[in-house]
Amino acid sequence: MSEAAGITAAWIEAALASARPRAVAALLRHFRDLDLAEEAVQEACLRALAHWPKNGPPRDPAAWLVFVGRNVAIDHTRRQKRLAPLPDEAVLSDLGDAEAGIAERLDDAGYRDDILRLLFVCCHPELPGTQQIALALRIVSGLSVRQIARAFLVSEAAMEQRITRAKAKIAKADVPFEAPGPVERAERLAAVAAMVYLVFNEGYSVSHETAEARGRLAEEAIRLGRLLLRLFPAEPEVMGLLALMLLSHARAPARFDADGAVVLLDAQDRSRWNAAMIGEGLALIDKAVRHRRPGPYLVQAAISALHARARRPEDTDWAEIDLLYSTLERLAPSPVVTLNRAVAVSKLRGPAEALAMIEPLADRLSGYFHFHGLRGALLSELGRADEAAEAYCRAIALANSPAEAQHIRAHLDRLQAEAAARDGARR
Amino acid sequence: MLYAVLCYHDEDVVGCWSKAEDDAVMARLSVVHGKLASEGRLGPVARLLPTTAATTLRKDSDPPLVLDGPFAETKEQLLGFYLIECASLDAAIEAARDLARANPGGAYEIRPVERFFPDSRPAAGASEGGEPA
Repeated sequence: MSEAAGITAAWIEAALASARPRAVAALLRHFRDLDLAEEAVQEACLRALAHWPKNGPPRDPAAWLVFVGRNVAIDHTRRQKRLAPLPDEAVLSDLGDAEAGIAERLDDAGYRDDILRLLFVCCHPELPGTQQIALALRIVSGLSVRQIARAFLVSEAAMEQRITRAKAKIAKADVPFEAPGPVERAERLAAVAAMVYLVFNEGYSVSHETAEARGRLAEEAIRLGRLLLRLFPAEPEVMGLLALMLLSHARAPARFDADGAVVLLDAQDRSRWNAAMIGEGLALIDKAVRHRRPGPYLVQAAISALHARARRPEDTDWAEIDLLYSTLERLAPSPVVTLNRAVAVSKLRGPAEALAMIEPLADRLSGYFHFHGLRGALLSELGRADEAAEAYCRAIALANSPAEAQHIRAHLDRLQAEAAARDGARR
Repeated sequence: MLYAVLCYHDEDVVGCWSKAEDDAVMARLSVVHGKLASEGRLGPVARLLPTTAATTLRKDSDPPLVLDGPFAETKEQLLGFYLIECASLDAAIEAARDLARANPGGAYEIRPVERFFPDSRPAAGASEGGEPA
């Protein structure tokens, strides 16, 4: 399709974005210096923007970036005189064999471990989650500091500082450069999957105003998920992670109404869900289930799939969702999982049982918006209006966005209107 | 003669297209589709899901081996394809196993279809050519 469109700016942008992880990863292994590898790829991208429109696109953009990036980095480190100078990319006729040969030596065999290492470096245990995400978006995805700052709703200067701090920590920390053994590889994969899911959740926007900037993060996370799955094609948890992200993101177009108010799952216009993403997510679950080793990502994806498969909210298979949440409670116990299970229980067996299930969570979830929101809804269904109002008030105080607060306020208003109507009738 | 046009592209790059860009490409293509369809020449068209959604049945071993991921060898060539309605991946693998029993050797890559445009030729179904290998 690109032939018809010619070599456009959009084509170059997509080619650079897709080649970037491999190029940074190969140069990181070669130079063992994250800053140097990143700057080299940055410079190589700039040169690509200048060269490609004139000389035509290279056969293998990643190999081109590795080759040119390596030249750039060697220029930076001229003091290591023993490294032989390489031909200038400008004199390479059709970006052919010389470049391919060098790129091959740089990143054959170790390609998978290279990318995994690069991602793993970004989720170094010494870095807090927010720094991990920022670093991955900057270095692996190549987002600008400005784009990342916008997505995190902080100033550019603050984000620049966050990334600089993260890099400084990485430079001081031990980065493993030897090829990992199977156990270590599995541990790295788990850490990287968790980081990718953090990026995704960061992109799950809580308000309409920020949906566009933060949606970009969700798309980057899905891209990273695809990258991981290509590296580890037989890992059911990676299939589960990608499926979970696709199925959740498929609903993004229906999550806000024309006024920017949150639309909950039950009320969403399901025709606005992204059918291609749902199809891909369901196909991945089908693949993963064949392995018969359900992990937390796969189970969450399967729950999401049950919502995606229901044409109308009333078609939702709550019994199966309840079952899947009980599996999840076993695999990855957390009060939030139990809270979510209570929603299924309330649909299946009524609000009283669901309320009994979440009351013991009060200590641990007292600062959690959704706990008070659900508690309010259950109490309201049970006709305990005063307690419901109190729970809603606490939820509003803990809301993560004006849209969330607005949503609960609507419930509270309705509750109060009903109470007033009752009082009026009594008088 | 009925011709198949097989679409190859770097899926990393296609995956980096923005929604707007993807829509623009599909809109440009639909103009071409429309022209071919109006001439009564366009058969069924399919856009496949990414290779990460693929499963491969290696039928050069007995019993055939089910592997995650796309068909990645280069020593075999693409000789034909089927479109089969299946309720699940398991059903698709079962159908492929039946085919494999009839025609062992090589492999079947099983890939879900993202979007399907049915045959728009007037006398669709008129037999052309032989059975795919």
